[in-house]
Amino acid sequence: MSSATTAGESIIEVNGITKTFGGVVANKNISLNVRKGGITGLIGPNGSGKTTLFNSIVGYHPIDGGSIKFSGEEISKFRVQEIARLGLMRTFQQTRIYGKMNCVENMLISVPHRKLGFWDMFASRDKETLERADRMLEFVGLYEKRWLLAGDLSFGQQKLLEFAMALMNEPTVLMLDEPTAGINPTLINGLIDRLKRANEEFGITLFVIEHNMRVIMNLAEHIYCLAHGEMLAEGKPEEIQNDQRVIDAYLGAH
Amino acid sequence: MNSIMNSPVAKFALYATILALGILLPMWFPNYTGQMTVMWMMVVFALTWDILGGQMGYNSLGNIFFFGAGMYATGMVQVGMFYDLAEYNSAAGGGIFNFTFSQYFTGMAAGFVVAAIVCVILAVILGRLVFGLRGPYFAIGTLAIATVVGELVSTWELVGGGQGMSMPNYPGDLGEAKFVFYSMMFVLAICTFAFLRWLYGSRFGLAINAIRDDEEKAEGMGIHTLRYKTVAWSIAAFFLGIAGAIYGNFNNFFEPIDVAFPTTTFGIFMVLMVLLGGKGTLWGPVIGAILFHVIKEVTWTYLLNLQWVALGLLIVVTVVYFQEGIMGWIMRKKPTWFGIRVEGEKQRLGDMR
Ligand SMILES: Nc1ncnc2c1ncn2[C@@H]1O[C@H](COP(=O)(O)OP(=O)(O)OP(=O)(O)O)[C@@H](O)[C@H]1O
Ligand SMILES: [Mg+2]
Repeated sequence: MSSATTAGESIIEVNGITKTFGGVVANKNISLNVRKGGITGLIGPNGSGKTTLFNSIVGYHPIDGGSIKFSGEEISKFRVQEIARLGLMRTFQQTRIYGKMNCVENMLISVPHRKLGFWDMFASRDKETLERADRMLEFVGLYEKRWLLAGDLSFGQQKLLEFAMALMNEPTVLMLDEPTAGINPTLINGLIDRLKRANEEFGITLFVIEHNMRVIMNLAEHIYCLAHGEMLAEGKPEEIQNDQRVIDAYLGAH
Repeated sequence: MNSIMNSPVAKFALYATILALGILLPMWFPNYTGQMTVMWMMVVFALTWDILGGQMGYNSLGNIFFFGAGMYATGMVQVGMFYDLAEYNSAAGGGIFNFTFSQYFTGMAAGFVVAAIVCVILAVILGRLVFGLRGPYFAIGTLAIATVVGELVSTWELVGGGQGMSMPNYPGDLGEAKFVFYSMMFVLAICTFAFLRWLYGSRFGLAINAIRDDEEKAEGMGIHTLRYKTVAWSIAAFFLGIAGAIYGNFNNFFEPIDVAFPTTTFGIFMVLMVLLGGKGTLWGPVIGAILFHVIKEVTWTYLLNLQWVALGLLIVVTVVYFQEGIMGWIMRKKPTWFGIRVEGEKQRLGDMR
């Protein structure tokens, strides 16, 4: 295990990364740190480059330049699967689940694959994993729906399932791309509570993109704000909330 | 509520009936033993095609490659173990090369083992090339492999080139030979089915289904996708290689284009049979294969030259109007038979998938 965890130890260190698509500069010289064990937020207007930044970190596409470190290891050249197996997991903004499989099956195949060797491919369904799947589904409130095909769930329920699948994977860091989008407003408080519990009880570091200001202010201890692909501001929730540049960016002063 | 298909009594009765029919039919109708041998081969074709095509979402048009590879592998071993292959083939099976009973069967045993191993190795190597391709590109890429290899083998004189190769004659009565090859193919079909039934119930089944539903998500979750894909193809190659090895002996002769690498007949039939029976299900390929083969055998000779038109029509109708296939249709109409739950019910983890 790692040495003494200081309050400020970073688990993700992004340094000066740039990503362009043709002529579009989606991320320009972005640097940030995600504190180990904490909840970090990422906000910014539509198209400001938040998802692109997530994609870069998890190895979804090659970056044009800069460095990405996870637990001190340079991962900017790693492929998606390798990064996932290191324990750095993300959920998708356009929720992605295995639609033709039921919820339990979705969970069973989301076990942490870093632990699996060749012959584990043929493992039968063990009781322990099944129980863990049930517990996680219970945790996100999908237990009653567990035998339904994932593709038949509502969008919000799929979002919850994707969250449960990520937890099943026992990640060190979980990056969530708009976890509350499409969730019934009356259920949002419950979800915030679950995110916090995932952080506190399971010890998972969270890095969350969120449009809902109330949610992110309530959840994150440190927030980064992107605009036009550049880092506009960072700070504690109160600081961000009162930052004139952030307010301008959100009020559409593009 | 227990689903009909999950009731142990019903299952036992079903398996027992199939086994009994498999053994009794060639005794009752000895004149049709050949057709029935091919029927079980069709079952192996459909079952193995569905591993990738149905369960994993990769439509391969080149699986027939392994059928031919297995045939050639066993042919070379069975002859090469006892005679000079080049001499044997230049004499084009002129009846001067005889195999004793023990030569015949030891050669065959060795040939089948080599065929299976060679096909698995080929699948692993080719997998590295084709699994970078997606969707239609994968289909075309795999088809290209089977077609190109067929052409290449046509120019390979050591194995008889385009003339093909005669296999050693069965050292005994021809009626007995028929029954021997029938039994081999029947056992192969049963083994393939039993193996896949187990496989789909393991983590492997879930993983390849996940790849089918959303491969990018599967990668994002850390699943060793290339490993699963390669092993899936190797399993198909293993059973197809043995099927080819049996068929080469059953047919007593093979050549590259029409017998060993028949992309336009068996190669297409395997896809069609799976679509007809219902892809991504365990029983669909079995039902599709048997139905297709029986219909084909009954009608083929009466259609004169229209059989290809009929086949084309069947493809179009299945692909355009009946994509779910027979099993898919039944599962949609009677989901509870298969333990598929609609809103709110409880279920034991289904063994019927
Ligand atoms: N694969 C791609 N190809 C081309 N352009 C892209 C691609 N992905 C993102 N972009 C562009 O990069 C910019 C940033 O997009 P991104 O999805 O990162 O924004 P975002 O901050 O996540 O927005 P939202 O809040 O709407 O999700 C946009 O202009 C987008 O059009
Ligand atoms: Mg986004």
